[in-house]
Amino acid sequence: MSAVAAQTSSRSNGPQRVLDVVGLDVRIGRHHLLHDVSFSIDRGERVGLIGESGSGKSLTSLALLGLLPDDADVSGSIRLAGVGCDLVGARERDLAGVRGRDVAMVFQEPMTALNPTMRVGDQVAETITVHAGRRGRDGHDGRGGREGRGGTDRRRARRRAVELLDQVGLPDPGDAAKAYPHQLSGGQRQRVVLAIALANDPALLVCDEPTTALDVTVQARVLDLIVRGVEARDAALLFITHDLSVVATVCERVLVMYGGRVVEAGTVDEVFRRPRHRYTQGLLAASDLDDAPPGGRLPTIRGTVPAAGAFPEGCVFRSRCDHATEVCATTPAWTGPDPGEGFACHHPAHEERAS
Amino acid sequence: MLLQVLRRTATLVASLVVSSVLVFVFMALLPGDPARVALGVNASEASVAQLRREFGLDEPLVSQYLSWMGGFLRFDLGNSYVSRVPIAPQIVDRLQVTLWLVVCAMVLALVIAVPFGTVMALRHRKPSGLVLSAISQVGVAVPAFLAGILLVTIFAVKLQWLPANGWTPPNEDPAQFLRQLVLPVLSLGLVQGAVLTRYVRSAILDVQREDYIRTARAKGLGSLQALRRHGFRNAAIPVVTVLALQLATLLIGAVVVERVFVIPGLGSLLLDQVANRDLIFVQDIVMLLVLAVLLVNFVVDLLYLVIDPRLKVATR
Repeated sequence: MSAVAAQTSSRSNGPQRVLDVVGLDVRIGRHHLLHDVSFSIDRGERVGLIGESGSGKSLTSLALLGLLPDDADVSGSIRLAGVGCDLVGARERDLAGVRGRDVAMVFQEPMTALNPTMRVGDQVAETITVHAGRRGRDGHDGRGGREGRGGTDRRRARRRAVELLDQVGLPDPGDAAKAYPHQLSGGQRQRVVLAIALANDPALLVCDEPTTALDVTVQARVLDLIVRGVEARDAALLFITHDLSVVATVCERVLVMYGGRVVEAGTVDEVFRRPRHRYTQGLLAASDLDDAPPGGRLPTIRGTVPAAGAFPEGCVFRSRCDHATEVCATTPAWTGPDPGEGFACHHPAHEERAS
Repeated sequence: MLLQVLRRTATLVASLVVSSVLVFVFMALLPGDPARVALGVNASEASVAQLRREFGLDEPLVSQYLSWMGGFLRFDLGNSYVSRVPIAPQIVDRLQVTLWLVVCAMVLALVIAVPFGTVMALRHRKPSGLVLSAISQVGVAVPAFLAGILLVTIFAVKLQWLPANGWTPPNEDPAQFLRQLVLPVLSLGLVQGAVLTRYVRSAILDVQREDYIRTARAKGLGSLQALRRHGFRNAAIPVVTVLALQLATLLIGAVVVERVFVIPGLGSLLLDQVANRDLIFVQDIVMLLVLAVLLVNFVVDLLYLVIDPRLKVATR
């Protein structure tokens, strides 16, 4: 009860930071995969993260969950509301307590994201019990405790799992809870994955291309469920995709990534209407169905995304950019009031109209 | 589920029929007359002819096969050509000995393979994992009889901790039974354990890369917790397959190891009867080994149904 009161009072005090990423740098082996990534998300805010495959989107999301490979060399800072420590450099034990409770994730491949040998209801319930047990032990929020564990806890978690499956729109949630993943369709499995992610009312939900593997007809329904789930919990959403129309419908703000850097950020309205970075401009042109000549092809960005570690020095996009000049060999500075709004380009688009 | 069990039972029966025909035909194709072989070159024509009549060896092959199989189903394995004593009770006697050996060796192999394979998988990039990997590789390369001889040399001859050979039934002297069991079980089980360790390692490595392990960790499970709750059961599927194949290998290995340790098991019985040229006896033992392997595979097939829910409905 008091927690709810605290939430509402803080909301009336203006936006509340849920996630703060500052100067996130990730190296694996000789490859420098993320460069100085900074952004933040407020409570109830929905932020899109776009870019081609290989631009560092998924790596960013794994870093937020502390699920980067063991040999990754991470620096910078990731702060999450309600978590005492910085997620960068945190002990694995502490990270495990944060995952699934404060930050949760919906993955791209519903077909393989669930354990094939376990009933889906149990897989949802496990998310609840694993943290219920931990809360008592670590004294995270006082309630629960050792005596609360065991049979009754598990039964309650199972009942809650059925409720969650109902919330994500699975028909006959009681029966569905007893099903194995192979008995469900792709869309149904993704709902189960979403139910797992929402089970502990996380402050931040990360979705990594959650609808890419689904039939077009189910995509809209799953997107709707994600948005409603996040809204009901007043949670923050980081939505990773390369489908710009999805960003336009789901998100309020957008981050554009290329070559392991955030190259442009701003409101969806601003960035999509008036892209400044040449990469963003190319992305938009490549998916703008209205502008395509009748019967013609959509414009493409020439070349392909370089392999990890093979991006050029300076501006990472200059090897594929039509506007690149000598000055692009130096890394462009961030132009904008804060990491959430601006771009990094020596030759930004829409310069003439900007003034 | 019932349908699946019936299907697998039908497969078992079919493979039994086919393999029994193969065993029979193979023995029938051996050059020489079984009666002549059993009695030796110096036996008179009359006594050979009498033996042939007595054991029905003068009948056509098909009716010989049918009466052999008919007997097998009633567990009447016929009488030895050489000693004329019923075969079945002798086999049962020896089988008990071999079962102790094979089952203990299998358990030992599992006890070695599951923890070590898991540790090797979890540390596959670290020096400790590589060292374990190298040790298991050596284990794989050592044949069971060589392991047996080495173990005898070290523990029986040099250190004199354990008897070098022999066999005492467990109900006669349990302590002595165990002491004599150690070395043969080690020589069979260590090698199989080394082989199995490598399979467990790769099964765990494969499972660790699965998306559902990542999902489990994203839920808040620790990496070991995720492996225990979500990984082991899935990793068990390929390991159980190998286990079945290994039981067959163990039965064959027992033949050799029983020789090394002078253990009166099925293996030494088989070799004795080969030496005696008692063809029907050999044929019965071989068929029994085939039956054992097929039964193990049948049980494993049923185990799959228990482990992997996808199989229960996957095919109709």
